[in-house]
Amino acid sequence: MVLPRFLKRTPLHVAVIVIVALWSLPTTGLLISSFRPQNDVVTSGWWTVVEHPFEGSNWTIKNYSRVLESDGLWRALANSVVVTLPATIIPITIAAFAAYAFAWMKFPGRRMLFGGVVMLLVVPIQMTLVPLLRMYSGLNLSGTYVGTWLAHATFGLPLAVYLLYNYISSLPSEIMESAYLDGASHYDIFRRLVLPLSAPALASFAIFQFLWVWNDLLVSLVFLGTDSEVATLTATLNELVGSKGEKWHILTAGAFVSMAVPVGVFLGMQRFFVRGMLAGSVKG
Amino acid sequence: MAGVVLKDVNKVYPNGYQAITDLNLEIADGEFLVLVGPSGCGKSTALRMVAGLEEITGGELSIGDRIVNDVHPKDRDIAMVFQNYALYPHMSVADNIGFPLKLAKVPKSQIRARVAKAASILDLTDQLDKKPGNLSGGQRQRVAMGRAIVRQPKAFLMDEPLSNLDAKLRVQMRAEIASLQKDLGVTTVYVTHDQVEAMTMGDRVAVMKRGFLQQADTPQNLYDKPANVFVAGFIGSPSMNLFLVKLGGTIEAPTIELGDQTLQVDPSALEGRSELTDFIGKDIVAGVRPEDISDAGLADEDERSPGETITTTVHLMESLGSEIIVHFPLPVESFSIMDAEFEGEDALEVATDSIGRTIYVARVSPRSQARLGESISLRFDTGRMHFFDPSTGLAIRD
Repeated sequence: MVLPRFLKRTPLHVAVIVIVALWSLPTTGLLISSFRPQNDVVTSGWWTVVEHPFEGSNWTIKNYSRVLESDGLWRALANSVVVTLPATIIPITIAAFAAYAFAWMKFPGRRMLFGGVVMLLVVPIQMTLVPLLRMYSGLNLSGTYVGTWLAHATFGLPLAVYLLYNYISSLPSEIMESAYLDGASHYDIFRRLVLPLSAPALASFAIFQFLWVWNDLLVSLVFLGTDSEVATLTATLNELVGSKGEKWHILTAGAFVSMAVPVGVFLGMQRFFVRGMLAGSVKG
Repeated sequence: MAGVVLKDVNKVYPNGYQAITDLNLEIADGEFLVLVGPSGCGKSTALRMVAGLEEITGGELSIGDRIVNDVHPKDRDIAMVFQNYALYPHMSVADNIGFPLKLAKVPKSQIRARVAKAASILDLTDQLDKKPGNLSGGQRQRVAMGRAIVRQPKAFLMDEPLSNLDAKLRVQMRAEIASLQKDLGVTTVYVTHDQVEAMTMGDRVAVMKRGFLQQADTPQNLYDKPANVFVAGFIGSPSMNLFLVKLGGTIEAPTIELGDQTLQVDPSALEGRSELTDFIGKDIVAGVRPEDISDAGLADEDERSPGETITTTVHLMESLGSEIIVHFPLPVESFSIMDAEFEGEDALEVATDSIGRTIYVARVSPRSQARLGESISLRFDTGRMHFFDPSTGLAIRD
């Protein structure tokens, strides 16, 4: 007997659904808890709402207004954006230029320099914190946004150069040669050809770097500190855990505030992961 | 418009590999010159040196009256078409064609006009807003051509532009490119490894091997009067049969021994080959084109073809409708145009039958009664034989 295709694949589908359910269970619990009144959170489990999902008294958005306003998460959210956007854009810009130069410009010491950049991949961040911080105190960069941007950019650059180099060096050489014959300078080739063609690689690295900086606690704690004027979302949440460790309804809401932005970024840019920009350039 | 002249041009790579040795070529204004040869013969390197993508190690390259060895590619006033088209996938067809003009800072209105003109020549007017990804192979090829002609350069350089197309389209584009070149009258250097392209498109064809120019001449002259045994074997399909034999008999009645059979060579083959006298009794390479061997059984119909008959068996038959390719064995060594030192021992391997006789090829009339495995009489048109010196490979001709 021949089973229809969808029946044959049923075990696979069931397995996938089970895994997805297990995987998202903690997040679901977190989400539900963040919308429950304080009393309910401390007296019963989040799954009890499943019995009366449409009962209004089970739900509240007070937790969110509380963390955002009186606990200062609005401010922290803004600080995080101020830290994250430049800390994403700066390394990508530098890395794209560097990757093009390493891939397509001929200059003495090119391979050595590139090897050096790749070797930096293995340097642990923690090793650099103390010397960097000392240098920053001398330069008055400690506790400033500029210092934090530079730190994030530096830590992100080796991987960024490496990833973008791999992509850019695999672009067909004839495209560069053709433009070169037509009188394009390296800058023309970079700006008009390499940048647009590298959009998928740039976007995927942008997502990595954005998430890394957004979720970072270590660097922002060390270089920016916990002063509420400048503290990022992660640093502020960390403070909340210390001062309001027993107030679950507050912490769950805070956690969701910090998650919302990365999810939005990912959904907005995920098409870049899929799109094959090179289609049609050369015969495939 | 201008000619291109290469004078004693050499290319040595930093690792010491000599890609091109003393290349001398004069390409006249408006001429279509095809560079052809097996892979690694230096034809692409030569083209890339003319383009300016490779530095010239020694010698002189001029375009027009100007020596351009050290001139930047964009100032050489040439346009190149690449094998994989090298289109810019994120730009529309119009932007692709107009890109060189945009770089040259030509005013926008003028760019539009020139792109439109190029597009109409190439029948691309309806495709101008599309991206290259949405075009067929032939259309992409035409966009690449458009990008070259829009600059109105002094010379076109084309690097195997048709090798990515399927066979039928290739034939069509071959004719299109050739006629476009005639209309525009622009000097063109065209690189290919396909000898059919070389023969059909070129005003002249330059055959190269391992960085050395072998012969540059019109297609018909290459075919009829190959300068050496390499050109003889490379041009023509199926290739010329090259028998390594002893020239016997006398100068009035020369013979060659094909195994146990003796072939009387028509004295007319010796006309203009006075040097051949010195080869009596010595080894020689005798070349016979497959079409100069016919089925002796059809002699009544084919009385015009003179010559001598030998008997052999049919090893393999390929019927093409208009002709039959007969493969037959002879106990005669074949002269290899390949070189073990460079192409490796494998390249020397020749087709043989089960008892080690070399397989040769004849192109006979489709009316031939040849049967696989049966014996056949083949008539050699010995008056059209070619002779080469086996030690130098050069043609024996005055």
